[in-house]
Amino acid sequence: MTPLVLDLQDIRKVYGEGETAVHALRGVSLAVEPGDYVAIMGASGSGKSTLMNIIGCLDVPSSGSYRLDGTDVGVLDDVRLAIVRNRKIGFVFQSFNLIPRMSALMNVELPLAYGGIKAAERRRRALAALERVGLADRVHHQPNELSGGQQQRVAIARSLVNAPTLLLADEPTGALDSTSTRDVLAIFDQLSLTGRTIVVITHESDVAAHAKRVVRLMDGQIVEDVRRSDVAGPPPRLEEVAG
Amino acid sequence: MNAFEVLRFAARGLAANKMRSALTTLGILIGVAAVILLVAVGEGASREIQSNIQRLGANSLTVSSTTAGGGGGGGGFARLLGGGGGGPQQGSGPRTQAKDLTVDDARALADKSATPSVKSVSPIVNANNQTTTYEGASHSIQQLVGTYPSYFEASNKPVVKGTYFYNDDVLAARKVIVIGQTVAENLFGDLDPIGKQINVSGVPFTVVGVLKESGSTGFQDGDDVAIAPLPAVQQSLTGFGPLGQILVQATGADTVDAAQSEITAVLDQRHGITGTATADYRILNQATLQETVSAATGVFTMLLAAVAGISLLVGGIGITNIMLVTVTERTREIGIRKAIGAPKGAILGQFLAEATMLSLVGGLLGVLVAVIGAQFTIAGVSPVVVPSSVALALGVSVAIGLFFGSYPANRAAKLRPIEALRFE
Repeated sequence: MTPLVLDLQDIRKVYGEGETAVHALRGVSLAVEPGDYVAIMGASGSGKSTLMNIIGCLDVPSSGSYRLDGTDVGVLDDVRLAIVRNRKIGFVFQSFNLIPRMSALMNVELPLAYGGIKAAERRRRALAALERVGLADRVHHQPNELSGGQQQRVAIARSLVNAPTLLLADEPTGALDSTSTRDVLAIFDQLSLTGRTIVVITHESDVAAHAKRVVRLMDGQIVEDVRRSDVAGPPPRLEEVAG
Repeated sequence: MNAFEVLRFAARGLAANKMRSALTTLGILIGVAAVILLVAVGEGASREIQSNIQRLGANSLTVSSTTAGGGGGGGGFARLLGGGGGGPQQGSGPRTQAKDLTVDDARALADKSATPSVKSVSPIVNANNQTTTYEGASHSIQQLVGTYPSYFEASNKPVVKGTYFYNDDVLAARKVIVIGQTVAENLFGDLDPIGKQINVSGVPFTVVGVLKESGSTGFQDGDDVAIAPLPAVQQSLTGFGPLGQILVQATGADTVDAAQSEITAVLDQRHGITGTATADYRILNQATLQETVSAATGVFTMLLAAVAGISLLVGGIGITNIMLVTVTERTREIGIRKAIGAPKGAILGQFLAEATMLSLVGGLLGVLVAVIGAQFTIAGVSPVVVPSSVALALGVSVAIGLFFGSYPANRAAKLRPIEALRFE
């Protein structure tokens, strides 16, 4: 049996100490199977950003255990965490976070470079990833020469290029217009269809509507967990977008 | 992530801020160029002084009298008794006071049995600033030397035109004279001075030769000289007083020290200097002089290098400064790189490589500037680039890049990705 992609047990995160301590997460347990498409929803202050940072191995929980693809992340040091981020997680951020003054191709190649892949192989895989998000004709453009939607698609290509176990998106459509939003969500649907595990953090119900499962977070706790379509099946809004 | 990748990222990072990189490089450039150039100037000055000393004559020792010396001990008392006599005393008898150098001293030094290491001895009298005329042209000869023919060889003053004077001329006290280039030009212009008669302070001398040009040594014009037979000068210009100096040439470079101790022995005996007394003469050894001057110019060069080193240090701090700015400015980029899996080493390597590239490029350009600058005469000195200073300056500039870049690079590598990503 393949391990769970995400297995969070009673995750707590406290910022500060004593009376001024802020409990961002108050015991979150979440299991995500391979191939699932999960939307984590919540208002600002609900702790969803903290959860996203912990899932993305950018932050460590105060208590609780977190297994990513069967690996206990809590015991890893900085160097191993960097490798985990590189191999197992693909990030898509609200503000794209492409590196300025580097072409789309080089941005996409970057995770492969840090992963130690040879230059020729890197180029081939980066070009394939850009092709997949429909930007084959923009490979040599720099981020400031691309529209917001195009930048986000480059970011998705970058997140996919290492074939990560988990695609983690933080408000991926937060800075996009409606057309670009539709493009990006269509790409996510396609990826989900091919069996990619996706976790999207969002506060927009439109975005959450594309997910197979919606988890609602409030005051650092999961208050609702709704499955909208089967893990193995297609995402719910696939047909609409395609049509 | 291999080394080449790291360098490529670093080059890209530097190219993004060309102006800033260029100015930082300039700091190192100036530092490195200053170190190399100032050391080169010091070296050039040192060599110039060395060659000036050598020009005074190879393997030669100059003996001159000192007024500060004395018989010492009982000499002080004896001087009270015999002090009224004054003037030079020669011959035997108790030594009662500081003695001047005499022709007899010179003869004693030329005695092969007592001084086997001595090749030649030239007694010298000096008659300075002698007004000389030739058919209306007038010139004051800075240094007129009365001596023996061996002086020419011992003091390294070859004749290019005409002849030297000979021992016969000395014995006969003939009024013949060999003049320097400056004197020849001022008195004769384009005329051939050989065979012409010039008046030195009213005394006629016949010019027999012209010295080879030797160039000026500091404030003194080395060519404003004239050399005539010792007795001729004594008769007509200085009188038969004490000698100015005695120039002694040793038989070889390795016998200079032996010659010096032989001279000391002979003169101590003749002047009655015993163990505890201070000698009433002084021996100037070219080799010793050379060593002393080398030590002095060495200190001088070190001083210059130290000053230049400070500017290199300032350049290094400039690198730290600019790298800190760069790290702060690119905090977000560092966050992104970390989020997508850049290991600490890669970030550290990138920023270290950037700093080192800045300093290395600055260093190489500095070497170039210094080498070009060394082709020109600086402050009257033609600089001599010392290869070791080039290697040192380059090495130090790279080390500076690594050292001063390590703090900002470490800061970049230690950034926590979550904070770096949040940075605006």
